[in-house]
Amino acid sequence: MRRFLLRALALLFVIALLIAAWVAWANRNPDLEQATVAPADPAEQIARGAYLARAGNCISCHTARGGQEYAGGRAVPTPFGNIYASNLTPDRTSGLGSWNSNDFWRAMHDGRSKDGRLLYPAFPYPNYTRVTRADTDAIFAYLQTLPAVQRPNREPELRFPYDQRVLLYVWRALYFRPGQYVVDDTKTTAWNRGAYLTQGLGHCSACHAPRDSFGGTALREELGGGTIPMLNWYAPPLNGNRTAGLGNWQVPELARFLQTGISAERTVTGPMAEVVHGSLQYLHDDDLNAMAGYLTSLPQQLPPPQAAPDRMGAEEKQAILALGQSLYQDRCASCHQANGEGVSGIYPRLAGNRALTSPLAVNTIQVVLYGGFPPSTTGNPRPYGMPPFSQAMSDDEVAAVISYIRNTWGNQSGMVSSAEVNRYRTRQPR
Amino acid sequence: MHCLRISILCLLLGACLHGAIGATTAAAATIPDTIAQRVAACVACHGREGRAGSDGYYPRIAGKPAGYLYNQLINFRDGKRTYPIMTAMLDNLSDAYLREIAQYFADQHPPYPAPQAPQVDAAQLERGRLLVHVGDAGRNIPACVACHGARMTGVAPAIPGLIGLPRDYLLGQIGAWKIGTRHAAPPDCMAQVVQKLSGEDIGAVTAWLAAQAVPSDPSPMPASALKLPLECGSVRQEQRR
Repeated sequence: MRRFLLRALALLFVIALLIAAWVAWANRNPDLEQATVAPADPAEQIARGAYLARAGNCISCHTARGGQEYAGGRAVPTPFGNIYASNLTPDRTSGLGSWNSNDFWRAMHDGRSKDGRLLYPAFPYPNYTRVTRADTDAIFAYLQTLPAVQRPNREPELRFPYDQRVLLYVWRALYFRPGQYVVDDTKTTAWNRGAYLTQGLGHCSACHAPRDSFGGTALREELGGGTIPMLNWYAPPLNGNRTAGLGNWQVPELARFLQTGISAERTVTGPMAEVVHGSLQYLHDDDLNAMAGYLTSLPQQLPPPQAAPDRMGAEEKQAILALGQSLYQDRCASCHQANGEGVSGIYPRLAGNRALTSPLAVNTIQVVLYGGFPPSTTGNPRPYGMPPFSQAMSDDEVAAVISYIRNTWGNQSGMVSSAEVNRYRTRQPR
Repeated sequence: MHCLRISILCLLLGACLHGAIGATTAAAATIPDTIAQRVAACVACHGREGRAGSDGYYPRIAGKPAGYLYNQLINFRDGKRTYPIMTAMLDNLSDAYLREIAQYFADQHPPYPAPQAPQVDAAQLERGRLLVHVGDAGRNIPACVACHGARMTGVAPAIPGLIGLPRDYLLGQIGAWKIGTRHAAPPDCMAQVVQKLSGEDIGAVTAWLAAQAVPSDPSPMPASALKLPLECGSVRQEQRR
């Protein structure tokens, strides 16, 4: 008996040792030790850094609402609690004033703070690890030119056990693969540039990938589409598939959409409006074309999402669609037109609009309830707006009008129930 | 060869048909390139030309000083005022566009609603009138008219008028200052005044204001009209712009 216990203990010990070895092995970062190369032209480096910081949309999370730019403080809501973005200004006590480019490289490339603490992946270092040392150095050089703002960082507010930073070693072993972007010699320079920006600074997969219950994303599903935790928007798949992806877009048209927030038939909505406003509108045509070209070259990574089954009888459906039609004529047709064709470059087309006919109706519900303006951009400085209807229409009415537009003009998608609408009424827009 | 010719013909015909359909749609849907059309989203709640919504909580924005409206748009965007739908609407709009939107509504002058019947007794109403016109020197409360203008129609460019607004809205705003969910640029003069007002004062002032008829000239007074009894950050900020 005693021998059996000893053996069992020994076995457990070996298993624990193996797990520890795996965690340690998986937390290696082979190209962390990489020397910085002094820039030939420091002014050019800073300008490039400013541009790259835009490509990474650093300002968006690292600026609190109404706060000073890059001084941090904005909450990034996660299912595990809030994480507060840090102060990136060169203040010596609360910002990056005491950091050097090696410290910054380690944060971007390996997700560790200057003091060695592991950073929570709300900071998208699983993406930023792909950024080159030269580009990371340029961003750091730019951040060091900002006015220093004294604003102490706020500790994350996470539930137990997620507040135990040491668990991040395991998370990293499961989900984090450090390493700079590796050029694919079989592809063009533009394709590689697009891949580099999309996978790295663009951190598109932070939203456009499904996340599992520990907040991790699988690499092969990197842009497969997913519901953004806490924000309740569905970030659609980004790939060249004609049904579920971007396959019907021409590359220059998609690039222009990313830059201006508007195309002939679509406007950007939800959290993506913030990305266009804070980041993509500043990118050069070449880079946007490269990103659009890369995205449309990707294969479909995941099967399309499943619609909720609807249990309505034919008569009930008819009644709902009739109500939806009369509401549509009354409230929507003056802009989106009776035939659902919208107005080119102003009001989005609804007939055949893939955002609308997605199996998941959440984005449409959000738009009808809360309305909104596309972002002001250089290419579309004075956007036309969509009114919110949450105060004017009941859940039944919103469900009816959405069911109608999802099943008219050739659109064939599921019905939407008032219970589904109600789920998003209680959430506060950010 | 014959086949090819037919296909080319079909293609050309298709293109023409497609063009024709495109043209009819474009003709059918002419959307005016005006600021009014661009901000149609606002009047869904704030009423036609910004004359106020159907209940007491979506205020009239028409005819308020442009600087005041602009400050409020910025304040919603920057979290100094709290109404999540407003904040979400404005989140990604530029300062220049917000300025244009503010100016548009400042330039609208639709008719005002009739004043509300007084909702309090005569003594309360008199207390309200006194606070508005005289203030309470003993408690260091300035008269409302000292900042908002003798006609209470506001002062350009950044002080709003107080009449032509429903009592519910006035109560909502003063209450928001009282509990700290509405702020203006520091020094926040209105916050200082509100902290000195009791619940009774607030009830009396709002009842009296909501019961007043709007004067024949409802426009805000010019900036030079008065010297403010308090320093106001929102006014100073607007003068600096």
